[in-house]
Amino acid sequence: MKSRTLFQKIWDNHVVTQEKGAPVLLYIDAHILHEVTTPQAFANLRKKGLKVRRAGLTFATCDHNVSTIDQHNIRDAISRLQVETLYKNCHDFGIPLYGLDSPYQGIVHVIGPELGITQPGMTIVCGDSHTSTHGAFGNLSFGIGTTEVEYVLATQCLLQNPMKTMKIIIDGKLGKGVSAKDIILTVISKIGTKGGVGYCIEYTGETIKELNMEERMTICNMSIEAGARAGMIAPDDITFNYLKGRKFSPKGKKWDGAVKYWKTLKSDKDAKYDNVIKIDAGKIAPLITWGTDPSTGITTKEKIPNPKYAKSENERKNMERALSYMDLKPGMKLEGFPINYVFIGSCTNARLSDLREASKIIKGRKVKNGVNAWVVPGSRQVKLAAEKEGLDKIFKDAGFDWRWSGCSACIAMNDDKIPAGKYCISTSNRNYEGRQGPGARTFLASPIMAAAAAIEGKIVDVRKYL
Amino acid sequence: MKKFTKIASTCLPIETENIDTDQIVPARFLKITTREGFGKYLFYDWRFDKNGKPKENKYFDYSNNRSIKILVAGNNFGCGSSREHAVWALQDFGFETIISSSFGDIFYNNCLKNALLPVVLKPVELNKLFKILEKNSKTKITIDLIDQEVIVGDNYIFSFPIDNFRKTCLLKGVDELGYIFSHEKNISAFERRHQIFISR
Ligand code: SF4
Repeated sequence: MKSRTLFQKIWDNHVVTQEKGAPVLLYIDAHILHEVTTPQAFANLRKKGLKVRRAGLTFATCDHNVSTIDQHNIRDAISRLQVETLYKNCHDFGIPLYGLDSPYQGIVHVIGPELGITQPGMTIVCGDSHTSTHGAFGNLSFGIGTTEVEYVLATQCLLQNPMKTMKIIIDGKLGKGVSAKDIILTVISKIGTKGGVGYCIEYTGETIKELNMEERMTICNMSIEAGARAGMIAPDDITFNYLKGRKFSPKGKKWDGAVKYWKTLKSDKDAKYDNVIKIDAGKIAPLITWGTDPSTGITTKEKIPNPKYAKSENERKNMERALSYMDLKPGMKLEGFPINYVFIGSCTNARLSDLREASKIIKGRKVKNGVNAWVVPGSRQVKLAAEKEGLDKIFKDAGFDWRWSGCSACIAMNDDKIPAGKYCISTSNRNYEGRQGPGARTFLASPIMAAAAAIEGKIVDVRKYL
Repeated sequence: MKKFTKIASTCLPIETENIDTDQIVPARFLKITTREGFGKYLFYDWRFDKNGKPKENKYFDYSNNRSIKILVAGNNFGCGSSREHAVWALQDFGFETIISSSFGDIFYNNCLKNALLPVVLKPVELNKLFKILEKNSKTKITIDLIDQEVIVGDNYIFSFPIDNFRKTCLLKGVDELGYIFSHEKNISAFERRHQIFISR
């Protein structure tokens, strides 16, 4: 048989049929829903008199609109209606819901893996671009629009053309203070925000193999920020150990059978990719973005680039626009630049290990006067586990707000917004204009970089704390 | 789904690159549970100040914009979030075609599902088009889906690619759901042989 990539193996295993001249009819193994991108899909099901084909493969939670201060009290009436609409839809169509009264509530891309829904070899979709996160388990996961949500609810299938494949090999030893976030920010700065358009990226290499599942999720999560719809990492013992004993993981004999199959899920040695990129992990440093797209990561000591030297007219305009929005000047270094807000949260960096690492920097120190610092755990389970370890106390003692789980200031659809003109160092994934609130200015960085900035009230290289 | 065959219109050029779906519709307007009425939120933070008053901006005024059916945008239009609301907003505002040199993958798919035609031109062609529109903002262009062509006056014809299956759906005005349902037997057969390890 022809050598195949991991992507091709998973793809082939989900082809229901393909007619000449038509895309592949692809079967979907798991479908995760949240309140924002699903109401119109259910409305159409009702209008057309359709049922949900596999309610047992469909899972829902609410995260985007949720208040992180008082979860049961969503003050905004329209937000509340959206959450209530999800409740009603799940109830009417028999879909399991991990809502505000559930100990499993949380950000879609945090609870999927946590509950063991996310497994190797699957196809997983969600009306959310960061669905790429789940690919960390060696599966094909990608974000879809609301019309596609409707199709999957009704048929458990999608019409798809295969993606191109890109292999990103990361070898070498990571330096002190360099985290998964810095790896993916480096990847994005290398290939650009559209370098991955049309691709499924497979991350591989010695560095990746040594990362834990949460770090792998951080990397796959931001594949979309390079334009790729999907990212994946071949499953291994680290993956299997993570999954063992989780709520929806296979049990007993089924577990053994599953692991046997999962072990076959890797790219063949001479499999062909459409693109191959190599990155030396030893050269990666803690990064922070200066601009309004995630490809603008630089070290704190590097100078903000000058639009004068842009490679093209268009790039020059983009840079000027970003500098003006961020109110920064070319040639400046970010080291020492004052910040107003610190947000440790989101589906990129709000899992237990993220909070643990940040807490090590925070422990015994205080948040700088005048800085608003929030920790928003990615799920109720993360919050609970962190509290068991006393992490909440470390953060609270330092002056952080310790919140309930939700998307929070990653998207500012809820009460958590960064005010216009203010600077926020954020562990989330998007620094677009207005993403954290109209006029808000975002610096993307790792949890430990955010923690160090909280203490000093300005951007610093976290390595001085290590 | 609406049919799409051919349109002719003046264009709104926005040369900015990497316009993400957060710009097209800011997240705080995604709370609505219906598909209608998103046009008023299109590029909201570009068009309105924090008090909701129209603000000076390069692209939108209030006299003629809504009669323009074609948006010509910089590279990598619609990157970022998967929100289909971006497509609904563009359509509700009056756009029927978006031209760029590349699109965010999910946005591109969302366009096709709603008969908002996404047209991919080569970067040099897109630049040419921007230049032409800069010279004469009243230039009318024709988008012909059957021949897959963008016709700019008498001088230029640019062809664009589109998946054949999707093209047929657009020309006939049918969505994909009917097609998927027609494979019910195949889906059921697949389900009998396919293993999923989710267990309770
Ligand atoms: S945390 Fe942010 S990126 Fe992740 S799902 Fe929520 S809004 Fe989207």
